[in-house]
Amino acid sequence: MLTISQDLVDKIIAHARADHPDEACGVIAGRGGVPERFVPMENAERSPTFYRFDSMEQLRVWREMDDRDEEPVVIYHSHTATEAYPSRTDVSYASEPDAHYVLVSTREELGEKVELRSYRIVDGVITEEEVTIT
Amino acid sequence: MAIEVRIPTILRTYTDGAKAVDAEGATLDELISNLEAQHPGIKDRLVDQGALRRFVNVYLNDEDVRFLGGLGTPVSDGDTVTVLPAVAGGSR
Repeated sequence: MLTISQDLVDKIIAHARADHPDEACGVIAGRGGVPERFVPMENAERSPTFYRFDSMEQLRVWREMDDRDEEPVVIYHSHTATEAYPSRTDVSYASEPDAHYVLVSTREELGEKVELRSYRIVDGVITEEEVTIT
Repeated sequence: MAIEVRIPTILRTYTDGAKAVDAEGATLDELISNLEAQHPGIKDRLVDQGALRRFVNVYLNDEDVRFLGGLGTPVSDGDTVTVLPAVAGGSR
């Protein structure tokens, strides 16, 4: 289960909307599995169908987390034309077995609504989990 | 002295859980071979057909080795090599 504050959910959604129709991505750092610090990342691909963290930005952010004893609790990205479910590409590159992979969909048919769902992706297996917003 | 290699969570199964290990070599290629001798199986996660895997980032100190010389990048004692799996995906 992912427990996350409304404030952080709002930030993810605002980032996804701002970058639409390109995919938005980022991390929420925290300790002990609690997401706390919102870190929007640049999508180096600037693409509506693909995202990749910029490698230099990733090094900086990962070091910062190391220094602060944090881990990437949430790794989020948006799908801008499809549902908030991990694609085959998402699964094949999922590399943080301890992270919650949060997907948001900003596809047009949702109108004002945004779909936000969370998953564990370990060894190629997707497990959806409940999201509790506090 | 040796070169410190920082290992990401997902590859720590090869290093008995260690976050950092020491290795030796004059180039990144040699360093990875030395790493493989100590931690069998790890090389295949970093290198594919003689080149760094596309979705693995390897940094020499503060630089992405892709912008240096890839596997041919010279390394020396006291350097730190950091391995981070790229965070990537897509809707297709």
